[in-house]
Amino acid sequence: MATSAVLVEAAEPDFYHAATKHKGILSWILSTDHKRIGILYLATMLVFFFTAAVLGVLMRLEMLTPGKTIMEPQTYNTFFTLHGIMMIFLFIIPGMPAVFGNFMMPIMIGAKDVFFPRLNLFSWWLFLAGGLLALVSVFLPGGAADTGWTFYVPYSVRTTTNVIPAISAAFVLGFSSILTGLNFITTIHRMRAPGMSWFKMPLFVWALYATAWIQILATPIIGITLLLVGLERLFGVGIFDPTLGGDPVLYQHLFWIYSHPAVYIMILPGFGIVSEILPVFARRTIFGYKFIAFSSLAIAFVGSLVWAHHMFTVGMSNTGMFVFSFLTFLVSIPSAIKVFNWIATLYKGSIELEVPLLFILSFIVQFCIGGFTGLILGTLSINIHVQDTYFVVGHFHYVMFGGMGFALFAALHYWYPKMFGKMYKKAPAVVSWFLLTIGFNVLYFPFFLLGYLGMPRRYYDYLPEFQTLHQISTVGSWILFTGLVIMFVNLAVSLRRGQKASANPWGGETLEWKVPSPPPHENFHEVPVVTTGPYDYSKYEHVVQEAK
Amino acid sequence: MTSSVTAVAQGHVHRDDVGTKLGMWLFLFTELILFGGMFIVYAVYRFKYPTEFHLAATELDTLVGTVNTLILLTSSLTIAMSITSIQEGKKGLSLLLVGITIALALAFLVNKYFEWGHKFAVGLYPGSPELLNRPVGEILYFGLYFVMTGLHGLHVIIGAVVLAVMMVFIAKGTVTMHSFVRLEAGALYWHLVDIIWIFLFPLFYLLH
Repeated sequence: MATSAVLVEAAEPDFYHAATKHKGILSWILSTDHKRIGILYLATMLVFFFTAAVLGVLMRLEMLTPGKTIMEPQTYNTFFTLHGIMMIFLFIIPGMPAVFGNFMMPIMIGAKDVFFPRLNLFSWWLFLAGGLLALVSVFLPGGAADTGWTFYVPYSVRTTTNVIPAISAAFVLGFSSILTGLNFITTIHRMRAPGMSWFKMPLFVWALYATAWIQILATPIIGITLLLVGLERLFGVGIFDPTLGGDPVLYQHLFWIYSHPAVYIMILPGFGIVSEILPVFARRTIFGYKFIAFSSLAIAFVGSLVWAHHMFTVGMSNTGMFVFSFLTFLVSIPSAIKVFNWIATLYKGSIELEVPLLFILSFIVQFCIGGFTGLILGTLSINIHVQDTYFVVGHFHYVMFGGMGFALFAALHYWYPKMFGKMYKKAPAVVSWFLLTIGFNVLYFPFFLLGYLGMPRRYYDYLPEFQTLHQISTVGSWILFTGLVIMFVNLAVSLRRGQKASANPWGGETLEWKVPSPPPHENFHEVPVVTTGPYDYSKYEHVVQEAK
Repeated sequence: MTSSVTAVAQGHVHRDDVGTKLGMWLFLFTELILFGGMFIVYAVYRFKYPTEFHLAATELDTLVGTVNTLILLTSSLTIAMSITSIQEGKKGLSLLLVGITIALALAFLVNKYFEWGHKFAVGLYPGSPELLNRPVGEILYFGLYFVMTGLHGLHVIIGAVVLAVMMVFIAKGTVTMHSFVRLEAGALYWHLVDIIWIFLFPLFYLLH
């Protein structure tokens, strides 16, 4: 991206060393600098992620043998509930926008901060409060919630466990998500640098924009729904209680009106990362920029109308089932457009197999598996057979972890030099990528087979014929966890020991690579003027022509 | 670099009233959708139990509801007038008008208190023995009545607190005739509280 002048004076201190109003820890938790808030989110989010990952590994260990292996059935119920709540509300949903969106988006559009910096800090505080509420619900008398992350009524109204703290956590986290969303929309509308027209924005920013709209439009519905569950528990209002005339299926509708679009809150920023990383390491302009940008919006729109495909077995009219199944199939079109454009970007590119690209390649394969199994689930006749089995669990782990999780790891390795000003060691990073990819597939692919054979999800015990597949899967969880540990140890060690990163170690063309690593407090010394699109690699094409 | 660019670059503290109001409008959308969820629930159960909803609605006091509607509509007028006053530099008048708006909010809440109190007195509240003896449609009607007007009442309280903060801003000179976007945002919130009531009133009090 061509810009008019040198963007930052060399002597300016980076944002870690710039003068702050407060000292020590206060300079972080009271900072309104979008970069510091991004790092705060990263640190808190990783704590929750690791807690939830350990819960997952323990659950897999329990499934090693039929019957009791290491824990009681009730413990298992609370584990899968907590694993879901923490992974979804504390890791996947806020992960990309709150960490990398906060840190990178203002720099990528040439702004000095987000539009509402104080609101941004407030969102992090809400995020922290929500996380603490989720943890508190574990230790209060009554025991951790055992409803699953979906809080389905009537069980969530009747169980004696701490459902109210858990739904309060989700409510507060939803509020945090809404405020981040409206902050980003306002920022993208009002603070783009001169010359940064809508179609010169990096595709990650487009993805965040689509995500922010879903955050704003869908999250209030989960807020009111969880509030109603709380009121139901406290006062017995009757809205979801059949004995008082209420309808539990209505709860499922309201829940999925939010929670299905939320799936796109989780995955769209991941798509944005892929579109960001591929051109850099293929040294080619992204193929089909506008198609990728608009397909994000199309996914956001159509994805808001497919919620009842989670409910094909609860009792719905045939017309309803047909319409929701049809719309579900429609979502695959914009998703496929993205995948085709990514592949086309790699075609005849000058590919450099750096760590971020390796994670992206895993992403594309795993996301495709997740996407295709989604179509199988969206097919009415097959859905009846595999609903509520391990097939569903396999599907969403392929999309959420194999897709969004791997995109997040890619983003972490891509922007690590920019965020921390250090390079990580490549060899251990490649090893961790290898272990994560192998471990992931060994862990989750057996889920499809188990589900197809009839293993129901969330069951503590199983029939002996399922044991081999369960054991393969558990071994996969060990490989996966080893990969995670190696990856994070490598990144943590490099914080101190890593070599100093240059401003642009990968040869990226977007604006964040035009400022030093790490960026100075106000990002740009002078506001940049943008004249070309975000992935202008024409200078390399020139070299290729000459070589011929 | 052109002069328009340096104008943008002046300092970290930017001022962009259009952007601030855009953010506020986005927030108001989320509030509308929050209540939208409740309106869906209301629509579903009204469709399912039309007769019971009809009968239960006759037990609400239309007069109290009408008075509260008039109070809120007047308060929307006074808050709009306070913006016009500050734009014309009449600080005292603006303060007075925001004060009247808050007083009207309190009047609304007092009315609501007596209305709810009466319902409790005759045993019409969620889980009461009197209500549990009635057909399920009526149980749902009163359940929704308390949840929806309660949530709205909570927003009235929040709105009144926001407006009280605005009075401090006007008094301290943070909100002036040259910089009144905060007051505008607060007034937008107050209009939201108003418009939600405009829908609650016919749904509960008038649709007999």
